[in-house]
Amino acid sequence: MSQATETTTAVQEQKKDAWFSPKNRKLITDPIGDNNPITIQILGLCSALAVTTQLKPAIIMAIGVTIVTAFANLIISAMRNTIPNRIRMIVQLVVIAALVVIVDQLLRAFVYDVSKKLSVFIGLIITNCIVMGRLEAFAMANKPWPSFLDGIGNGLGYGAILVIIALLRESLGSGTILGYQIIPQAFYTAGYVNNGLMVTPAASMFIIAIIIWIQRSRNPKLVDIS
Amino acid sequence: MQDLLNIFIKSAFLENMVLAYFIGMCSFMAVSKSVKTAVGLGAAVVFVLGITVPINWLFQNLLLVEGALGWIHPSLATVDLTFLSFIVFIAVIAALVQLVEMVVEKTSPTLYNALGIFLPLITVNCAILAGALFMVQREYNFPESVVYGLGAGIGWAIAIIAMAAIREKLRYSNIPPALRGLGIAFILTGLMGIAFMSLMGIKL
Repeated sequence: MSQATETTTAVQEQKKDAWFSPKNRKLITDPIGDNNPITIQILGLCSALAVTTQLKPAIIMAIGVTIVTAFANLIISAMRNTIPNRIRMIVQLVVIAALVVIVDQLLRAFVYDVSKKLSVFIGLIITNCIVMGRLEAFAMANKPWPSFLDGIGNGLGYGAILVIIALLRESLGSGTILGYQIIPQAFYTAGYVNNGLMVTPAASMFIIAIIIWIQRSRNPKLVDIS
Repeated sequence: MQDLLNIFIKSAFLENMVLAYFIGMCSFMAVSKSVKTAVGLGAAVVFVLGITVPINWLFQNLLLVEGALGWIHPSLATVDLTFLSFIVFIAVIAALVQLVEMVVEKTSPTLYNALGIFLPLITVNCAILAGALFMVQREYNFPESVVYGLGAGIGWAIAIIAMAAIREKLRYSNIPPALRGLGIAFILTGLMGIAFMSLMGIKL
């Protein structure tokens, strides 16, 4: 009898804190730090490198990826018990592709110049390994709400790296942030020159390497032994 | 003929998928630990890109672009389905990879064993979809798209094999522990990208 009441209270408790319990909060914070999709899981690199010359496309890309990851996780997680195992890749890809089409059409409607600059990279969200990777690793085995949070967390972790890279590249490479000049004209007349390397895609490789270096020296557990 | 050769050289070297656009990085980083597996994946990518780019060209130009459906009925000539191109492309790629896998398994078990796990993995390699999207963006015609697909694939294969060879040698060098593995691989790719930039001055 007492056991029965205990289980019911336990269930109630679980229901009460289910939305933002510590475990669920961890789903959001973990991918921003020690389980970052870019620096630790090596997912979603392709787009991270190409859209970070300036801050604005980087932010829009981060928002797009977060939305697609979160909703793809939610939808696939809701359907996970009905998808036959053999064709799950195709089902997942169709769901992702449909979401990406929506994002792409929205961008074209509201920020046309940015969508032109991002060109094929919006389409490449479909094959962005973050989306696919999280679907396989998390959404196929978890309930819809934690999956949704996991998607948001990974999108934010991806966005955080993107914004750091874009900030460094735009400020050092063009002397601007979000299009506003931050390095005073006097510097240029005194002989300061923008760093041309920062505009090339290679610079983002170096910046990611430095981020990985800092992150791993602060937390030696993450060091690659191989 | 000369045009086709130009597109081939351009797609393989000047506009190398990995080292100029940094597309297809995920598998590039993950699979470049040994030359043997890199060759396997490189061959699979050449194969799949060479097939999917022309087939996606057919879908794009016979079904999706404005006016393409005119052959069914004149009233359909104004229908523009290009907003569906992402879904169509990825479905074609996923289906083709599945098909290629089955055909290879039946006809050539040795090749099948050599490619192994890499064939299904290719579906989510960004380079394949990017090939199709670049093909649309640059408005190639059919023969050009065949050559472009092959060239882009070969460029990707060259890059991953070179990277794997360097990483095999790296095992004997003294790298700060925190940079070992992934970190140094990023720096290497950046340096290779800069090396490839010197090809950009060539006008074709």
